[in-house]
Amino acid sequence: MMAGMGSISARWDRVVDRYNAQPKIVKILWVTLLLVIAYAMPLLRPPIITTNSIDFGTVMFRVIAFALVALGLNIVIGYAGLLDLGYVGFYAVGAYTTAVLTVEHGSWPFFLALPLAIVVTMISGVILGAPTLRVRGDYLAIVTLGFGEIIRISVNNIEWVGAAAGIKNIPHPTGIGAKPEPPFKQGGLFEIPRLEWNGLVPSFDTEHKSAFLAFGSRDAVPYYWLILTVLILVLIGDRLVKASRVGRAWEATREDEDAAELMGVPTFKYKLMAFALGASIGGLSGSFYASSQAGYINPQSFPLLLSMLFVAAVIVGGSGNRWGAIAGGALVAYLPERFRDFADYRLLVFGLALTVLAVWRPEGLLPPRQTRRAKAAEAEIDALEEGDLEETPNV
Amino acid sequence: MLLEVQGLCVNYGHIEAIRDITFGVEEGTVATLIGANGAGKTTTLKTISGLRKVRAGQILFDGKDITQLPPYERVLMGLSQSPEGRGVFPGMTVRENLDMGAFVRKDVKTAAYQQDLDRVYDLFPRLKERQGQAAGSMSGGEQQMLAIGRALMAKPRLVLLDEPSMGLAPKLIQQIFSIISEINAQGTTVLLVEQNAAQALKRAHTAHILETGEIVRSGTGHELAGDDAVKAAYLGGDV
Repeated sequence: MMAGMGSISARWDRVVDRYNAQPKIVKILWVTLLLVIAYAMPLLRPPIITTNSIDFGTVMFRVIAFALVALGLNIVIGYAGLLDLGYVGFYAVGAYTTAVLTVEHGSWPFFLALPLAIVVTMISGVILGAPTLRVRGDYLAIVTLGFGEIIRISVNNIEWVGAAAGIKNIPHPTGIGAKPEPPFKQGGLFEIPRLEWNGLVPSFDTEHKSAFLAFGSRDAVPYYWLILTVLILVLIGDRLVKASRVGRAWEATREDEDAAELMGVPTFKYKLMAFALGASIGGLSGSFYASSQAGYINPQSFPLLLSMLFVAAVIVGGSGNRWGAIAGGALVAYLPERFRDFADYRLLVFGLALTVLAVWRPEGLLPPRQTRRAKAAEAEIDALEEGDLEETPNV
Repeated sequence: MLLEVQGLCVNYGHIEAIRDITFGVEEGTVATLIGANGAGKTTTLKTISGLRKVRAGQILFDGKDITQLPPYERVLMGLSQSPEGRGVFPGMTVRENLDMGAFVRKDVKTAAYQQDLDRVYDLFPRLKERQGQAAGSMSGGEQQMLAIGRALMAKPRLVLLDEPSMGLAPKLIQQIFSIISEINAQGTTVLLVEQNAAQALKRAHTAHILETGEIVRSGTGHELAGDDAVKAAYLGGDV
């Protein structure tokens, strides 16, 4: 177990170290290259990675949307150590706020509704967190679990938000350039063809082009570009917050709440902050989900299972590491789509894959260095208790 | 009086953990609370630092009533605690733990901060050697030193030490107590909770004996160390 844990983490560390050792210009080149590949991914459609039975652009949009959710939940679970099992509730609040403002009870453009959706979700996070964050551990998990269900059942019964029928015709985000005119013109400033692979030989597929930048119902790629951009922005924000005083306060609170209080950390305030921040990112993703290709949401879009998948994404990726959360989110969204060839068995295969991961790497794919340190320390203490005293120098 | 505790009562549910405790700590001195396991020593400290709710009574720090203040505000006022046992942040390095101790300070990048860090490293050279090591992977003694050093990084006027000698080798106990005297000599008031009565009484200016939640004897450290009843109950076979 320990050997398996070392290899990927160690390799990741080595990659990070080597990257950090590069001169600035090389770093910029690497980042640019990675960004170009990331943005071009749904057009490159590399063999093996691409999905055949479902549009790869749609899958990639879902992958990034999940990564974004995982990144938000990672703040709550990974940084502040609060187990939130009802994260889908915030996702739903964001989606419904957007739908209500843009079509159901108003006609706001998407980009105006988005910030309000974020604010509303953040407020809902504070409302849920203020009374519940005073309890510790399992109670919080139970209360949040209830919250997710309350939201779903409420919208299912409130006529004002469409009840069981949901809300349709949610407008797409405003693009750049000409508007799409289905079924012939995609609009946008220009169109980019995608690649088609014949074995390992690529060629341009001129029949399927993606418009820069118009959001229609035919092509998922522009949505992918938009949400990838949002993910990158959130990632930068996450990095800034984590490196600040706030990040250190979260870390201390997670490791030992009493000790953190004794250091002068107002732990409740910081936990509430993590909760509200995480919630707002959940709302942000929900908002994008509502206005995506289909432009349709209903209560069934937000089942309890989705909360579990979000938590699984964070844990599988390595709770507390932003890259781990992204990897976990991407994996949880991608694998079921990739396994579509297994038809009815795809969820079974997906479940097996998660189980194998949990056994093989209980700390997740890319655990943060604190988790690894704590693990190593635990192993050392176990060794001491078993009597291998000579291994560790004692005072 | 820097710290005054008046008629303090604390409950865990229906159980009275401490009952009507009154004592004070004079600025610049070392005070100690000694007593057996379960006498209420740790509860008293946790209540002074704000981790436990008060049922009745008052705590005054520097003349101000802090009974209802949350712990972090007490730290800002200059009251800092080193928790019992493994109270360090195990996943953080030694240096990160020390920085965490200075969480309330605004002068982290200044020379004054570096000076305080050096002071802690002078007191505990071991911590300097192990700056980059995960706190959780150190021995019990080293973690104890780190917890004390971390409490000092807040630049407290009063530092509360909860059983600093617990689980240490006899040679190290001597060392820890002389470091406590040194911390006091450098101008920090110390309130020490101990089971090691002999050492604690030797170092303390004032001492109080806790038994099942009540103070049963008070006096100077020297007086109590010479008292026959105290000797029989607490100093029996002790070093």
